[in-house]
Amino acid sequence: MKIHEYQGKDILRRYGVPVPRGEPAYSVEEAVAVAQRLGGPVWVVKAQIHAGGRGKGGGVKLARSLEEVRAHAQAILGMQLVTHQTGPHGQKVRRLLIEEGADIRKELYVGMVVDRATQKVCLMASSEGGMDIEEVAAHTPEKIHRIAIDPASGLGDADADKVALAIGIPQAALAQARAALQGLHRAFWETDASLAEINPLVLTGDGRVVALDAKFNFDSNALFRHPELVALRDLDEEDPAEIAASKFDLSYIQLDGDIGCLVNGAGLAMATMDTIKLYGGTPANFLDVGGGATAEKVTEAFKIMLGSSHVKAILVNIFGGIMKCDTIAEGVIAASRAVKLAVPLVVRMKGTNEAIGRKMLADSGLPIISADTMAEAAQRVVAATRHADAATGAVSRGAQA
Amino acid sequence: MSILIDKRTRVVTQGITGKTGQFHTRGCRDYALGRECFVAGVNPKKAGEDFEGIPIFATVREAKRQTGVNASVIYVPPAGAAEAIWEAVEAELDLVVCITEGIPVRDMIVVRDRMRKANSRTILLGPNCPGLITPEEIKIGIMPGHIHRKGRIGVVSRSGTLTYEAVGQLTEMGLGQSSAVGIGGDPVNGLKHIDVLRLFNDDPQTDAVIMIGEIGGGDEEVAAAWAKDNMKKPVVGFIAGVTAPPGKRMGHAGAIISGGKGTAQEKLDAMEAAGIRTTKNPSELGKLLQSALK
Repeated sequence: MKIHEYQGKDILRRYGVPVPRGEPAYSVEEAVAVAQRLGGPVWVVKAQIHAGGRGKGGGVKLARSLEEVRAHAQAILGMQLVTHQTGPHGQKVRRLLIEEGADIRKELYVGMVVDRATQKVCLMASSEGGMDIEEVAAHTPEKIHRIAIDPASGLGDADADKVALAIGIPQAALAQARAALQGLHRAFWETDASLAEINPLVLTGDGRVVALDAKFNFDSNALFRHPELVALRDLDEEDPAEIAASKFDLSYIQLDGDIGCLVNGAGLAMATMDTIKLYGGTPANFLDVGGGATAEKVTEAFKIMLGSSHVKAILVNIFGGIMKCDTIAEGVIAASRAVKLAVPLVVRMKGTNEAIGRKMLADSGLPIISADTMAEAAQRVVAATRHADAATGAVSRGAQA
Repeated sequence: MSILIDKRTRVVTQGITGKTGQFHTRGCRDYALGRECFVAGVNPKKAGEDFEGIPIFATVREAKRQTGVNASVIYVPPAGAAEAIWEAVEAELDLVVCITEGIPVRDMIVVRDRMRKANSRTILLGPNCPGLITPEEIKIGIMPGHIHRKGRIGVVSRSGTLTYEAVGQLTEMGLGQSSAVGIGGDPVNGLKHIDVLRLFNDDPQTDAVIMIGEIGGGDEEVAAAWAKDNMKKPVVGFIAGVTAPPGKRMGHAGAIISGGKGTAQEKLDAMEAAGIRTTKNPSELGKLLQSALK
């Protein structure tokens, strides 16, 4: 789960990491009022969306008067902000963060992630702050410093100082940097974060260490013990189809193609998508129904997939382990009837009670295309979408004539 | 022979009284020699009772003392699962198989750290895995037993249903399995591809191995690099996620840390470079393995 920058800064503040004074605003009037409360002479008006690269996209502006705060707030609120992380359609800006300007002497980067290899939280830091850290990693990897943090004792003074000095923190600001790094680590650990980034962490003209940005992702498996974080969730920032899917315990990710896929197991779901691609098709989604493909779940899954207008055919691929194929067949038949399925449906079932399940599909009177292997299923569903294309093509040609 | 488990393995089930635990304990008990292998369960509130004849103890240690178990399987819900792993480690079992899905990563970091610092010799498989099976002897986990046949092919995979897919193909072609091991999909876990490849390499009853991976992390690359210099048997492989959109599951910073590793193509390249033949068509895993045997 992701949160907004201003929410991340609230967390940092609680853990003793200095951040600029600032408040969120949901309207132009509120933005001006916040600026007035903060006092001048310089403010920053920042679009709050769950994506990086906001500055380059025109979502972060400096204001030197209240009139400029008003003008920037007017321009940014409601805009479709396009960044390298939002996709071509961008994300609508509904919230702003208004904060005091900072006198930046030096921009640094600090971040934390879980490193699979060491099975520890890893602190990453670089003297190259304010820019895309992926770029730094690609071009000057020697400028990224890493330290694995001991899970029992946390980030010690010596390690924190070593990293701070490596990224160019002057001796005079070392104690502040140490406190900021240790605060970031405590915040990461205690909130069950999966990613925490401050980019940039700045050194100001008067020698203070301040976090000018805050990015947090949280481990969704740990949200059960963090109701305070769940309260920060902003559904406007999430894909409506993915939200609908999560209500039914379906793991769903929207993609650009035209073949809907319903599969059990994340690995098999990815393999099914790969096979569709291999035979010249493009998957419309990733969908893992998990361990129980009940009629209710399959129906909801069909509805979600069909909610995207570009789905031309559906492929169901289930390897029945715990789940029996007759149960799946029942679910698929009920779902097809419930949504009055109008696009071709290819079903491949394997495992327990496979023969019974197939017979049920055949006897259902529904135009379900059956397949034996994943490859065969993919070939058939790709062929079905081509037929659909040819049919609509014929209709439009007929209309023209 | 086989790896990790065989007919002599004695298993205690942690979380035997929950719905999932009950369901799969029945499945495991009814598979092959399961009745002799699944000898104990744990639930502190129901010590002294039994689950369909399998005695329930208060602790893993007590179950070990009374029944001599050397392995455990865990179905405990996510909030308490890491503690259940630690309990089995403290009881000095040989193998702990954690099926539970959805354990917070922080809990796994803590338990893995404790295991390292205690120099524990307990082997952890999982979490979030289907378990493992030595066909026609014993299965510990949630896989459908009936698709397996006894034989000489090893299977190791991060994905449950994709493991079944590979096993199903092998069995249909008349190629049985020595053992099939699901290492699970969590970022912080126990056995990795490299560990299971080592075990298959040393197992005289395994002739060749199917290795199935997926996007994220760098474990497949590490295993491939090891296999290049050490593996004496043919290995074939598949990586799921060629079409997966970047950044959806892997944070960008996570990709940095593993040196830009993590995409399907990079893993496939690493495997091919190590002499592991790969396919982009998961329906052809069985055929690929068969061609590697010749």
